[in-house]
Amino acid sequence: MTGLSVFYAALLYVAAAVLVAGLAFKIRQYWTTPAPLKIAVTPAPTTQAGAYMRVAREAALFESLFYSNRWLWIFAMAFHAGLALVLVRHLRYFINPVPELIALVQPLGVYGGMAMVGGLAVLLGRRFVIDRVRYITRPSDVLMLLLLIGIGISGYGMKFLNHTDIVAVKAFIMGLYVFDIRELPGEPPLLAHLFMVALLMIVFPFSKLLHAPGVFFSPTRNQADDPREKRHLAPWAAKLEG
Amino acid sequence: MAKIPYAVPTLDKLPTVPALKPGAMSELKSYVAVAAHQQPLGFPGELVENWEQAAVAKMGELLGKYKSLRVYLDICVKCGACTDKCHYFLGSGDPKNMPVARQDLMRDIYRYYFTPTGKTLGALVGAKPWTRERLDDWYNYFHQCSQCRRCSLFCPYGIDTAEISMAAREIMDSIGLGQKYCNEIIGKVHKIGNNLGLPEPALVNTLEGLEEDVLDATGHAVKFPLDVEGADVLFVTPSADFFAEPHVDGLIGYAKVFHQMGLSWTMSSYASEAGNFGMFIGNYEQMRKIALRIREAAIQLKVKRIVFGECGHAWRVAYAFLNSLAGPFDFLDPRYPVPQHIMEVTRGAILSGAIKLDASANADKVVTVHDSCNIARATRMGPEAGSQFEYPRFVLQSACPKFIDMHPDATRQRTFCCGGGGGLLTDELIDIRIKGAKPRVEALRDVVEQHGVTHMASMCAICKSQFTKVLPYYGYDMGMVQSVHQLVSNAILLGGNS
Repeated sequence: MTGLSVFYAALLYVAAAVLVAGLAFKIRQYWTTPAPLKIAVTPAPTTQAGAYMRVAREAALFESLFYSNRWLWIFAMAFHAGLALVLVRHLRYFINPVPELIALVQPLGVYGGMAMVGGLAVLLGRRFVIDRVRYITRPSDVLMLLLLIGIGISGYGMKFLNHTDIVAVKAFIMGLYVFDIRELPGEPPLLAHLFMVALLMIVFPFSKLLHAPGVFFSPTRNQADDPREKRHLAPWAAKLEG
Repeated sequence: MAKIPYAVPTLDKLPTVPALKPGAMSELKSYVAVAAHQQPLGFPGELVENWEQAAVAKMGELLGKYKSLRVYLDICVKCGACTDKCHYFLGSGDPKNMPVARQDLMRDIYRYYFTPTGKTLGALVGAKPWTRERLDDWYNYFHQCSQCRRCSLFCPYGIDTAEISMAAREIMDSIGLGQKYCNEIIGKVHKIGNNLGLPEPALVNTLEGLEEDVLDATGHAVKFPLDVEGADVLFVTPSADFFAEPHVDGLIGYAKVFHQMGLSWTMSSYASEAGNFGMFIGNYEQMRKIALRIREAAIQLKVKRIVFGECGHAWRVAYAFLNSLAGPFDFLDPRYPVPQHIMEVTRGAILSGAIKLDASANADKVVTVHDSCNIARATRMGPEAGSQFEYPRFVLQSACPKFIDMHPDATRQRTFCCGGGGGLLTDELIDIRIKGAKPRVEALRDVVEQHGVTHMASMCAICKSQFTKVLPYYGYDMGMVQSVHQLVSNAILLGGNS
């Protein structure tokens, strides 16, 4: 067992713990904070089931963005859909044996990665080119994009540049499940890739990446438009009625 | 043509996004409330000594009370989709009038005091501590937001700048930095019953005068009842309807509709205001206190239904909030929604034949309609989503032979605010009011030039006041602005009621 393997095992344990605990904390916070008034942006679904469908369309199709900014929608979709394919492709490192469906979509993941990095590059470029977007950009917005691009490029580095022994990588990951630290191959693209992924997991619950769980808690989207039909009262507002 | 004290923007074709003009609106400041406006609402009379800590404490309290604030301060990804959607930005070019930048005025402070990254990484994530300059930016720019929610419509997460600006105003009130316009008006409602401070004798006088005017003009004894116990309908309308033009012509229209329907109705001198500026300052308790006047009046007058007159933010508070603030309304007739909009009543009466309109009375006009932001994006008027657009159009098309809609990017849910909503309808803010009206006037100019539109109907007291004041700066006559029920008033056939 090398020091490198121990370091990466520890890093990934910490990253996973921070991600899970941090997200659990934030989701609980979003869940339990009351929304005292009905603020759905109308026209809105008049049933709760309809409102959940609206949220599902926002999360899966970026519906509002589609009507808001078509070019941004295209590149945001390229990035997110690409990322989704890449994540599915990576499941083979985490599941044994690999389900047939996941084996089948492996080639798609490669194109997904290209869409992801391409989309991210455009999203990065517009932060410098469009004056309005440049104005609202903070250093962390640029760093986040660079981190994601770095993850993508280091991933391709393993495939095309500095071929990695992925069987050993899988053995390392499967070992983490049972607290058995196995040997991690030492190729630089792999180490860079894993390091940046761990960093992303750690910053997730503390950054704007919270938009992923947050979109499900947005009252303007997830509320049914039924205030005349049903009385809506937050616990703290009920106390005012004495 | 009015004298032009400020640079009136040149009208463009929709949609035109201006180049950034940093600081263009940074000096524009509405009058700060003095102790006499603050203290009756329970706010400190002047900026408190330790305002930084007090503001942070208040923000912490609100983060625990409002899911919107809690979620929206965290999740913005700065994608920029909202940056070209705000009428105040489109009119002024000031980058701090871009919705995300306006939110960031609060988000930067939030990050500094409430998030681990802000506390440790500071400027890297945009976190900033309180300074007097930042508080001044808060005051100026959170009073350049009309809470119209056009940005929220276009945001991929529905982030609602109105929620942020309401919270900001509540925080500022709590540290003694209130806005004179809103807080003085709220004080008048508590004391007298309406925004304009019209006492009961003045109301009685006005309504008697209107009865005489209508009798002279039509030969029909149309009543404007006040404080009639046992009436079926309590009618609540913005107090501007009692005297301002073209509002009062709308009031005459409502009265004619009720008269012709044979409905027993009354207004209340105690609840003589539909508007609720408690919403503008984001204060639940103030909003509730104002709303309760309507509940109390309904109980006292033993009515069966509540109907609201033409007003945008009033209808938002009535439709979306009244049940929460002042419900339950189980003592009213369950066959009717509580409350109802006058447009529902008039539409229903047209459909059932209870009233008849002769559209030829408006044959000299080509009419378009301004969808009020609060009605469009926060309410309905009937059972169907979108009825807030269809009902006024049905009424207008029944009353007017020639009706033309403005550009789809400026109507229905995409409508632009008039530029005077959300507590900005005050003279010292005329500069931003003129600039904020630019997108609406561009859409209006388009139908004036393409289709010969002569009049723009409005269903909101603030929109009507704003447009009559601001349209002349753009070279249009203030008489272009009509109440929806003014056009109904022209067309309705009186008499022959079975």
